[in-house]
Amino acid sequence: MRLSRFAADPASAHVRRLRRVAGSGAAATAALALVAACNGAGGPSASSVEVGPPKAGGTLTFALAADPTCLDPQQFGTNASLNVGRQLVDSLTDQDGRTGEIKPWLATSWEVNPQATAFTFHLRPGVTFADGAPLDGAAVKANFDAVLALGAKATVASSYLAGYRGTAVLDPTTVRVEFAAPSAQFLQATSTMSLGLLSPATLAKTPEQRCQGDLVGSGPFTLRSYKPNQSVELAKRTGYGWGSSLFAHPGEAYLDRLVFKIVPESGVRAGSLESGQVDAISDVQPQDEARFAAGYTVLTRPNPGVVFMLQANVSRPILGEDAVRRAIAKAVDRPEVAQTVLTPKYKAATSPLASVTPGYVDLSAQLGYDPEGAKRLLEEAGWRAGSDGVRVKDGRRLSVDVIFAPLFNASQSVLELVQQQLRRVGVDLRLRKLAAGEQNQTQNAGDYDFAYYNVTRSDPDILRTLFGTRTVNRLRIASGDLDTVLDDQAQNLDPAQRFAKVAEAQRIVTDRAYVVPLFELAQVHGLGPKVHGLTFEASSRLQFHDTWVG
Amino acid sequence: MRGYLVRRLLQAVVVLWAAFTVSFVVLYLLPGDSLSIKLGGLEGTATSAQIDAVRAEYGLDDPLYLQYAHALGDALGGDLGRSAQTGAPVVRTIADALPQTLALTGCAMVLAVLGGGAVALAATFTRVRALRQVLLSLPAIGISMPGFWVGLLLVQVVSFQWGLLPAMGNEGFESLVLPAITMALPAGAMIAQVLAKSLTTALAEPYVETARAKGAGRVRIHLRHALRNASLPALTLAAVVAGNLLMESVVVETVFSRAGVGRLTAAAVDTQDLAVVQGVVLLAAGVFVVVALVVDLLYPLLDPRVGRTV
Repeated sequence: MRLSRFAADPASAHVRRLRRVAGSGAAATAALALVAACNGAGGPSASSVEVGPPKAGGTLTFALAADPTCLDPQQFGTNASLNVGRQLVDSLTDQDGRTGEIKPWLATSWEVNPQATAFTFHLRPGVTFADGAPLDGAAVKANFDAVLALGAKATVASSYLAGYRGTAVLDPTTVRVEFAAPSAQFLQATSTMSLGLLSPATLAKTPEQRCQGDLVGSGPFTLRSYKPNQSVELAKRTGYGWGSSLFAHPGEAYLDRLVFKIVPESGVRAGSLESGQVDAISDVQPQDEARFAAGYTVLTRPNPGVVFMLQANVSRPILGEDAVRRAIAKAVDRPEVAQTVLTPKYKAATSPLASVTPGYVDLSAQLGYDPEGAKRLLEEAGWRAGSDGVRVKDGRRLSVDVIFAPLFNASQSVLELVQQQLRRVGVDLRLRKLAAGEQNQTQNAGDYDFAYYNVTRSDPDILRTLFGTRTVNRLRIASGDLDTVLDDQAQNLDPAQRFAKVAEAQRIVTDRAYVVPLFELAQVHGLGPKVHGLTFEASSRLQFHDTWVG
Repeated sequence: MRGYLVRRLLQAVVVLWAAFTVSFVVLYLLPGDSLSIKLGGLEGTATSAQIDAVRAEYGLDDPLYLQYAHALGDALGGDLGRSAQTGAPVVRTIADALPQTLALTGCAMVLAVLGGGAVALAATFTRVRALRQVLLSLPAIGISMPGFWVGLLLVQVVSFQWGLLPAMGNEGFESLVLPAITMALPAGAMIAQVLAKSLTTALAEPYVETARAKGAGRVRIHLRHALRNASLPALTLAAVVAGNLLMESVVVETVFSRAGVGRLTAAAVDTQDLAVVQGVVLLAAGVFVVVALVVDLLYPLLDPRVGRTV
């Protein structure tokens, strides 16, 4: 097998980075710089203001908006679950949130074959799980095999292993993971907590036991207790010495204890931070942001992945018309949505991908507000203004629905504003609010016009998950050139070539108005004055290793 | 008396079976199920084969009558199935949450009975007309205040502004005070209203005149004669209130970030976690049956005439 060595020298990360950037050419550098620039203040560097040198010790109490329900990061994909799980498990690699680059963590280096079907990882020796078991090649293989066995119970993690053929343990510190088809996304997937590594003893437990906290990783914290709907307590792992190359300091975490309290009511969450009953809170609601303008830090970062958008079901008669979809895309005033319903923490969408996603391109020119253009398109397509202002063609009203689940609090207001904006050009948008899980089933049944949601993933392959016709294909797009472009990016490891395809895919999806991007979801957390060094990892989940109180 | 007890126990069994069956039918008729919600999350790309495998594991691919037979058989054996979200047994999930809610509703009930009783007694005892009017108007105010609002107000003022008591959690007695008061207010108001009315009626009864003629003091007449007779309707009401507290725990436990059956219910309804919802329905039915039974057994003690007719 011919290998292109992406990380030939395990001793030096700098050499590796230089070699990689030099090899991938100017386009990649430009793409990475663009990602970095767009990332701006939202990057992982946007932590609280540092006061003096970090101090070890102490307890941090953090109020989460929702119960994690399941603590196993391999199984569950909610923010609450992943924010806890990230502290318990380490990953083979880490991802730099500013550049999108994959960096060493438990794997000090790796090679990928040119087809992107075989990934060889060289593991850092001497790493142990908190129960004393060694983290070696056999443990890595056991983890990937176990994720595959979990199947649908590990929704996100098993999707990262689509096409998994198996893992070969070449020696105690070398494993080769093989896929049946090119899977360029897999390298980034190894940086997520969804593929974080659990001790072999944990893998032998039932999925239910793991969910409830029978869970041992090699991470900087260990689980002390989980009381559902109440609290999760973590303690520092003493002797931890294999942190990610992206951590600000090596060795053990600073905090002795990390306590997550579950506080579902947003007003109570805000009040408990103000009154000092907790040190920090998650999910600050737009209406509460002003309360933390002074004396607090509002930690925020957009979620990478696909933005909140209207995804058209193109098999429906009205939305099957290109002109109608394009007109709707033109009639939406994105800055107005971001500015009036949300806060400056949330950006108007400028592409189907959020600006912090590797491979993102700025398509704001195509996504400009153009109500006159929208009206013209509709007129040309034969949609004439009706008596009540809603356009009509062949006796059919230009009326479409959008299904949404109220997972993000402001969603209803966002859609109501979009409804008003569309009404101005003669389009009637009906809102259909569904329970969290119903949306999924309604979509699979195809009984809807637009679906509204976002997906967090710090790899552009999420475009293939959503718009590839060989995956779930919820939009019911006919197979064609878009598939080719999406497949090309999936098998291309060179950032320049890959991101060129990713850019093409974003343009196609936007030009054909398969989706109407609206705004970028952001994580917004409130930190009290004694919290320092709390950072976001690349998928905008929290990383507490460098966090200290004082 | 023994025949009465047996009849009541049979009734209880029928009520529980009906609750089980109705909840099974209603919940399984709903579109959607918790497993698809959990497995087919919007980010998920689980294949239908994978999803089918998990559905089979939970027995969801069986015909409905078989699922019902299995569920009923398991329930008779004390197994209410597993939560589709967490995978934990429903019985254990509820058993873990129940003590928290019992402590909360128990405290609230004691506060409601003591507070409501005190208001009713004071209102009917006092000869100061203005005070009587004020006391009699309290229940109406108490009933009309929404629990959510009272809870948030208490949290804002007592916890956030004065810093006297914690706003959240299940730790210790302090964390119980504010939620118990929140729950006790409407419950106590109802008890006060009914008790005050029946006390007033009782005080006008001929036997009170008789007692008075025999030279009994005001306090003795009020507490010993009138209260004893007036407490029957209030006791019936207290039983209903006790059941209502279970429902109110959904709101109060959310506002005060407490673990308990209420929070469990809210979460289970949200994710259509049918096994858990059904477990809670059975629990609620069980509570109503037990409370009604206890009240019926207490009646003869308070009023010998009732005992003779059963």
